[in-house]
Amino acid sequence: MSALTFTPSGIYCPAGDFYIDPWRPVPRALITHGHADHARGGMGAYLATDLAAPVMRHRLGDIPLETVSYGEVRQIGGASVSFHPAGHVPGSAQIRVEVAGEVWVASGDYKVVDDGLSTPFEPVTCHHFITESTFGLPVFRWQDQREIAAQINAWWAGCAAAGKTAFLGCYALGKAQRLLTLLDPEIGQILTHTAIENTNAVMRAQGIDLPTTVLAGPDLVPKDHPGALVLAPPSALDSAWARKFGPNETAFASGWMALRGIRRRRSGDRGFVISDHPDWSGLLEAIKATGAENIYVTHGYTDIFARYLSESGWNAQVVPTEFGGDEAEDAA
Amino acid sequence: MKSFAALFNAIDQSTKTTVKVAALADYFQTAPETDRIWTIAIFSGRRPKRAVTTTRLREWGAEVAGIPLWLFEESYPIVGDLAETIALVLPPPASDTDHGLSHWINLLRSLSDVDEDARKTEVLSAWDSLDTTQRFLFNKLLTGGFRIGISQKLMTRALARATGRGEAEMAHRLMGDWDPASTTWEQLIEAEDPTSDASRPYPFYLAYGLDAAAETLGEPEEWQAEWKWDGIRGQLILRDGAHYVWSRGEELMTHRFPELARALDFIPDGTVLDGELLVWSSDGLQSFNALQKRIGRKTVPKKLLSEAPVILYAYDLLEWQGDDIRQKPLAKRRATLCDLCDNLPSDTPVKLSPSVAFDSWEALAAIRATARDASAEGLMLKRLDSPYLTGRKKGDWWKWKLDPLTIDAVMIYAQSGHGRRANLFTDFTFAVWKGNELIPFTKAYSGLTDDEFRRITAWVKKNTRERFGPVRSVTPEHVFEIAFEGIQASPRHKSGVALRFPRMSRWRHDKPINEANSLDDLNDMLNTFG
Ligand SMILES: [Zn+2]
Ligand SMILES: [Zn+2]
Repeated sequence: MSALTFTPSGIYCPAGDFYIDPWRPVPRALITHGHADHARGGMGAYLATDLAAPVMRHRLGDIPLETVSYGEVRQIGGASVSFHPAGHVPGSAQIRVEVAGEVWVASGDYKVVDDGLSTPFEPVTCHHFITESTFGLPVFRWQDQREIAAQINAWWAGCAAAGKTAFLGCYALGKAQRLLTLLDPEIGQILTHTAIENTNAVMRAQGIDLPTTVLAGPDLVPKDHPGALVLAPPSALDSAWARKFGPNETAFASGWMALRGIRRRRSGDRGFVISDHPDWSGLLEAIKATGAENIYVTHGYTDIFARYLSESGWNAQVVPTEFGGDEAEDAA
Repeated sequence: MKSFAALFNAIDQSTKTTVKVAALADYFQTAPETDRIWTIAIFSGRRPKRAVTTTRLREWGAEVAGIPLWLFEESYPIVGDLAETIALVLPPPASDTDHGLSHWINLLRSLSDVDEDARKTEVLSAWDSLDTTQRFLFNKLLTGGFRIGISQKLMTRALARATGRGEAEMAHRLMGDWDPASTTWEQLIEAEDPTSDASRPYPFYLAYGLDAAAETLGEPEEWQAEWKWDGIRGQLILRDGAHYVWSRGEELMTHRFPELARALDFIPDGTVLDGELLVWSSDGLQSFNALQKRIGRKTVPKKLLSEAPVILYAYDLLEWQGDDIRQKPLAKRRATLCDLCDNLPSDTPVKLSPSVAFDSWEALAAIRATARDASAEGLMLKRLDSPYLTGRKKGDWWKWKLDPLTIDAVMIYAQSGHGRRANLFTDFTFAVWKGNELIPFTKAYSGLTDDEFRRITAWVKKNTRERFGPVRSVTPEHVFEIAFEGIQASPRHKSGVALRFPRMSRWRHDKPINEANSLDDLNDMLNTFG
């Protein structure tokens, strides 16, 4: 019996009788991070990192949640379990499971570059590695985030000079806070949509240092904030709320912006290529660093990526179940 | 090429016409003149001859990227564009140069004269000195097909702004058969006498679909109605003893329709006609299916010429006795056109597209309902006092098309889209019932909203039965209304029919799959409309 198996409810550990990021209610769930396609309601018991816990409580309410720190080892039934930094968003973890000397790592979502906000990714040596492949094609190649920051700030400064409000669309958990740390406060004020400001508040309360922001609530008078940049979830970019800001430009920050077709479908003015997932070389680097021979590919260009890994000498397979039907939240 | 790349980015990244026009106008005022000419040429579909095959480009791209060719080939449909796929897989450039657009075009033109090894060296060294956007543009020039959302209108508006001249004049100057390699800015844009080139067509006037009740157009007597034909819009030019046939897409089609040469025998020099190219055999007007045999053929065998002879069904007169009469009202132009056509012998390859008489909108609606019997797609409504305008303008001309044919079908296969829709399932195969069996009969990939595409994508992922390369078979569960413009027999298809312009017009959440239509229903339509 494998230490981890793939079931219709999610990744399951028979020795410890628990699931990892299950997508149906189960008695015991280990959660890699707080994104909605990984942390779902209705579980009998939750285990996650202490850094991920505040956001999970904020989103899922009063759940039976126990926490661990990175690296701390727990014995659950016949399995010893530990959480290791995944670098994806603050508190995100890869989960290491060892049963009778066989080591598996379920990496959830991860990225290998240091974003300056999340605890940086740490490779974990294992025999079996479960990896995402959101951007598992050689056409995805990220630039240094300082370069992207320069592009975003130049665009913002241009908007401000032209008397326009700059709307930057991004996901509320992770991407928004990462962008906050990249924006140049010298250009103007940073306004935030409620959905983003709520997450900011949770992170500030747990001691994460974020720049000053102003909540763009119903009482805010846009003309009192000339030259501002507004961070908002993509769904809010084309709303009555956004329109009251008058002349504006909209941009969207996501790894998908690397493809011109998708950039144009978003029909904003600009697309900035910045992702909390690994690019092609990041995926290969992470996989090599685990030393694992067996790779399980989920979430993304699974068939293509697994074929490439097989040809390159790994024992790779596509995880048979469609995990995470709801990719809207962090497929970025 | 940095300033051209900046121009491209400004146009490509903005959804606002004002921003695009401003960026182009600025470029037309500041760029070197040869770069301007090439920019106009490229954005209007004129490009240097392709010097490298796409097969070689794929191989070289994969080689430089250090990936197997199959991986490149798998990535290409997801990106949706060969030039972009190559630009993205290549490693970052070793150096950073800034030569103008003309430099690169001249380099591409010179590639035809050297052997393949030398071509490869040139292409690889270009890739290694350009950033991603410039590489993409360079590859676009290499492979042709520069479709980046620059309409004729947008370009002429920008040129008008940059030069202080009129938009209609600019549109006219850009028409026709000019060669960017030998044409100067002065000749194309500034010189007097824009009609100096005998082959130069007038910009076509294009109609919008009628989006309100016909009654809102006012008094019926102010309007002319004609059948809307299902052929190829064309302009026939008779000047200096020669004839030229242009398509709406500004393609010179003279040699594809050699039978039109006979027009020179009957119609005076200095005449330009606007009309529809259609097949007209001994028993009169033929359907679009007959014309299809002629489409895409550069040369026409004799047999086909006698089987499917083409005429110009003329509905407007733009130039008469050498004068541009586009500013005269339609009623006047039409009267002259009628006089001209009345006197033509019956075997002239030009005939008058008749107008449809009516005295009330209600009566006209009844006539429109019979359009399929007349082999027409519907009606055209044209204001009698309107001049012949340039491009697509609202108000004076309207298309009043027949409602499409529809059938309810079951989705059975799905394939992900590319380009704009790379991460969505957008290409679907639909089936109708034959007893208990579902028989595929058409594909469709448009008609749904982005939100509906997202929902069906999520559903496809969870309901995949089998995978065949990029295609997935899915559980038969969803019924869609498929709208189409025509139907014809097709022995190549399992269903025995082929549809014209099929698209998903409605997601029938209300219908279970057993209420979808059957192959018998399709055959009934074939018998009625085929
Ligand atoms: Zn995530
Ligand atoms: Zn995820």
